[in-house]
Order: sequence, then C-alpha cells, then structure tokens
Amino acid sequence: MNIVVCVKQVPDTYEEKKLSDADKTLDRESVEGVMNELDEYAVEEALRLKEAHGGEVTILTMGPEKAVETIRKALSMGADSAVHVVDPALHGSDALATSYALAKALGTIEHDLVILGVESTDARMSVIPAMLAERTGAAQLSFARKVEVDGSTVKIERQTDTGYDVVEAQTPAIVSVVEKINEPRYPSFKGIMAAKKKPLTTLTLADAGIEASNVGLSGSGTSVAEFAARPPKQAGTIVKDEGDGGVKLAEFLASQKII
Amino acid sequence: MTDVWRTDERIALRKVVRDFTEREIVPSLAQWEEDGEVPRSLHKAAAAAGLLGTAFPESVGGQGGSTIDNTVVSEEILYSGGSSGLLSALFTHGIACPHIVASGDPALIDKYVRPTLAGEKIGSLAVTEPDAGSDVAGIRTRAVRDGDHYIVNGAKTFITSSTRADFITTVVRTGDDPHHGISLLVVDTDSPGFSVVRRLSKMGWLCSDTGELSYVDVRVPASNLIGAEGSGFIQVAQNFAGERLGLAVHGYGVAQRALDLTVAYTKQRIAFGKPLISKQVVRHKLVEMTRAVDVARTYAHSIIERHCAGEQVFAEAAMAKNQAVEACSFVVDAAVQLHGGAGFMRDTEVERHYRDARLLPIGGGATEVMNDLIAKALFG
Repeated sequence: MNIVVCVKQVPDTYEEKKLSDADKTLDRESVEGVMNELDEYAVEEALRLKEAHGGEVTILTMGPEKAVETIRKALSMGADSAVHVVDPALHGSDALATSYALAKALGTIEHDLVILGVESTDARMSVIPAMLAERTGAAQLSFARKVEVDGSTVKIERQTDTGYDVVEAQTPAIVSVVEKINEPRYPSFKGIMAAKKKPLTTLTLADAGIEASNVGLSGSGTSVAEFAARPPKQAGTIVKDEGDGGVKLAEFLASQKII
Repeated sequence: MTDVWRTDERIALRKVVRDFTEREIVPSLAQWEEDGEVPRSLHKAAAAAGLLGTAFPESVGGQGGSTIDNTVVSEEILYSGGSSGLLSALFTHGIACPHIVASGDPALIDKYVRPTLAGEKIGSLAVTEPDAGSDVAGIRTRAVRDGDHYIVNGAKTFITSSTRADFITTVVRTGDDPHHGISLLVVDTDSPGFSVVRRLSKMGWLCSDTGELSYVDVRVPASNLIGAEGSGFIQVAQNFAGERLGLAVHGYGVAQRALDLTVAYTKQRIAFGKPLISKQVVRHKLVEMTRAVDVARTYAHSIIERHCAGEQVFAEAAMAKNQAVEACSFVVDAAVQLHGGAGFMRDTEVERHYRDARLLPIGGGATEVMNDLIAKALFG
C-alpha cells in the first residue's frame, strides 16, 4: 500500500498572523512555520499503515522554499520520500487552485491512498480533501477517526456530531483524518539525522504539468476584497447579583436575542 | 562560520525536545516534585521519542550522535521548563551505563543497557558512601569472590534514582590498593540482601529520588563485573570529564531559564507606575545575569567541542563546571530577588530553580575538589 500524505506548512497557531497589504495574502515570511497540526495525525496514520501493511509513504507539499522545514519534519517522523511543489507562480492560490495543483502533482506519484488532515489551521476551509477526490476521481473518505485497510478495501469510521458512520471504499481513495485518530510520534534523533538523506523531489509548474493560468492569485476563483484587523475586545457587561441576578441575566440574554 | 550547535538537524532536535518537554514534562512536573519521583511512563515516553539514547551508539540500542547532541537535549529541556532535578532523574543512565557500554560486554549490554535506553529499566550509579564521597579511593563497600559470584557487603548513600532502580552500577572494593583495588559491579536491586534503607528527603531536586542503600551478603554473578577486576577507579575517572561537562550544562541551562523567566516577569510587573524592567538598577542586574550565562555557556560549549574531538580536557571540564555553577548560583539568587515576594512562593518557578541550583556546587565533585584538581593540573 503506497500512501501519499498531503502536508501543509502553516504559521504557528500561537503567533500573530498578518496579511500583506500589497496582495492581501498571508505573510508567511514573518512568522514561524510549523506543520499543520492535523497533518501530523495524517503522517502518523500513514506510518502506522505502512508498518502494518508495507509500502512507502510519500509526503506531498505545495508551498514556498521555506516549507522544506515541514517536509523534513515529516521525513524525520519516518516517511520515505517527499515531493515539493514550489513555484513563484503558485503564490496566492486559493483552495480551488491548490486542489488543482495538488491533483496534478499526485499524478506524478504512484499511490493507492492519499491521507491528509481535515483542515489547515490557517485557512480552515476543510475543502481540499473533497476537491482532490473530485479532481482525481478517487473515493472520498472524510473525517476518519479510524482507518482499516484490507487489500484494496479501505474502511473508516467517520466522526459525526452524534457518533460515527462506517464508510468503505476501494482504492484509490482519499482519507481525511481528525485528531481523535491517533497520537502522532515525535521525530526521533535517528529520524532527524536520516531526513536529509531521503529523496526530495522538487516540482515546478512545468514539471507537474500545471497550467499557470489555473493557479496563483490570477488563476484563483476567489479573491480577498478587503480585510481588517480584529477589533479589540470590548469590556463585558457585569451583572451584579443582588438577589435578582437570575432575572437580570435573563433580561440581558433576551436583549441580545439569545433567548 | 558553521555553528555546530545550530545545524539544521540540531535545530530540528531542539524543536522536538521543546515540544516533548512542553507536552510531557511541564504539565506534570509539580506533581512529580510532590511525589518525590518521576514515573516509569516518562522513561518510556522519552525513549519512544528517541531522547534517552543520544550519544549512545546504535550498536547498544542508542540513537547515535555525540555529546553535542546529548547537550542539545539537556539544554532544550531546561530552556523550555524542565529542571535539573528532572534531568538527573530521567537521565541517570547517563552515569549508570557508560562503563558497561565501554566494556563492550555483549551480555551486560543486552541485559542492562538496551532495556534502559528503551525506557524499560532504570539504572543508578553508586559511588558515594557514608564515609567516602569525592574521594573514590576511600570506598569501603567490599566484594569478595566466592566461586562464580561476588559477595558484596557495605553501604552507599545519596544515590540518584536508586529507590526506583532495577540495577545499580556499584563501585566496590575488591582489593586493598586504594586505586587498583576498586571494581565496578552491576547489582540487581531484587538481589537478596540488597535494600533501600531510606528515601532521602532533600532541599531541592525533589522529583529526583535519592536513596541510602545497604548491601548485606549480596550474591552477585561474577559475570556482572564491568571490565577487569581492579579497573573500577580508572573507569569511574574516565567518565569524570563527561559528567562534569554535563553538570556545567545543568548550570548554564538552569541559569538561562531563570533569566528568561525574570526578564518576562520584570516586563510585566508594574512598580511605581512603570514596568520593573524600565528601572536602571533592574536592567543592569539583568545584563549581569545575561553576561554570566553567556560566558559560562560559551566556555562550556568550547570545552564540549574539544572533548568530542577526543582532546583531554580534565582540568577544563572542571573549570567549565565551576564557571557554570557559579553563574547559576548568582542568576537564580538574582532571579528570586527580582521576583520580589513572588520569588519566595512555592508556586513560582524560579523558587524551585533556586533550591535545585544549590546542589550544583556540591554534586559531581564539589567546587573545592574541582579547584584542587585544576590546581594540580596547572601547578603540579
């Protein structure tokens, strides 16, 4: 079972994120880049499946030069090789454009299964898995909290609000995972030392057969019209309980049209 | 100039260690201080993350790498909220196992080193006795050969991790010569006649258990002898430089952490309408603290690099320890002072570092003993 894990480098969750004034895209240079947390679970699940069933795990990342740090982390966790789609023309790609580029890059890697986190912590759109499935024609198995593989059959437990559904598909399939699925391992020292020696293929647009007109700011179907910093928090209303706290609270909630 | 301390791999290693410390150590450290020990599950988790085996060769179950990598692990645990007590509890194998590894004895390595680096066993090193500390040649615990066994009688004290240990690398006397009569013997703690007499209660390093041990007619297989009989003193001495450099890392590492905490505190603490850090007297103190830490670290790094290159750095390692320990004592004291009343409170992190740091000029060779050794190396 050969598995591709799509991994994204995102700004550290705890850092202040900035949009650039010039083109209204995320300023990726000014913040520390880390592996999207949910993708760590995806890497872990791929490594566990590999350990159980054999095969190879390939990391696929689209992003600027800097994203190579995140690729190395995935390799140091134990992935076998990586493909990095990097081209200045990709800058500003929205989800549609990104899924197009990733689907093209996936075409260059032999695989049975694609695993990725259900969403990234920067954009939080949670649409890439579905778009990739649509573009590649692979079955979509989303929100997996458990994955089982038997030959070419992939069975997952799909997390729902009330419990879980059991969903099954044949490979090729695209599985998006939730954080309940496992506990990601730490990259080991040996893994870190080995990571630099593992194959890392860099793909430009031309290498992956990506049409420049379909990606980047101009090739994106959506655009950011305007943005503003989050307004500072307002001081809250303090309801003092003088025996009538409950009534005052209810009045407040009613005034906010909450009840 | 390439900085061997900040290669891509070592930066990645620092991130892993920081992540591990913040997730697996910091949230539980206060509880372990209360418990008086760290749990075995921590050893397993650290082993799974590959942290126990740095600087141990892969052939004995280690992760490979050098003392520099091992130092990076210690530094980063300290910088991100661990403690010197925690390091001493979790990395006791750093003093319990090197002699076994150096002996190359496959049976001992398989039985003790591999499971320890896998986080499944805990080992201790027992040198100090009620009547012999830094003076290794004064050891009285005696091992007498009886067929294919040794019979061990004696007592050890101040032994780190010994109340939890599965085996104790024990320094014993097998002959009368002060130096050539010393040997190293691995003693299983479930051996009849071995007992932990007391769990010692300490000023600091509370999460690191310390025991007083008794050996009464303990039968130890002669195959548990590490290296040749009579070579114990040399084996112990060969690890002195590494051990002292390790304690130097504790010194500047703890000092760096206490400094970071103090800078953060003085920025946020308002006194007389302004943050404390705006006061000249505070700023100057913070500068002196920074200077002490940086000088200690830079010197220790340079000696560790020379040590890794195979150079003999006996006196320099002792100087690195004394320099770092002095920096640490100064910095933790100033850190508590600048925290004011908060610095005196048990829940304040610098208060713990202040107590923990008091061990550093004593453990692994007292400052005075270091100075004697340095003087002897310099002036004969």
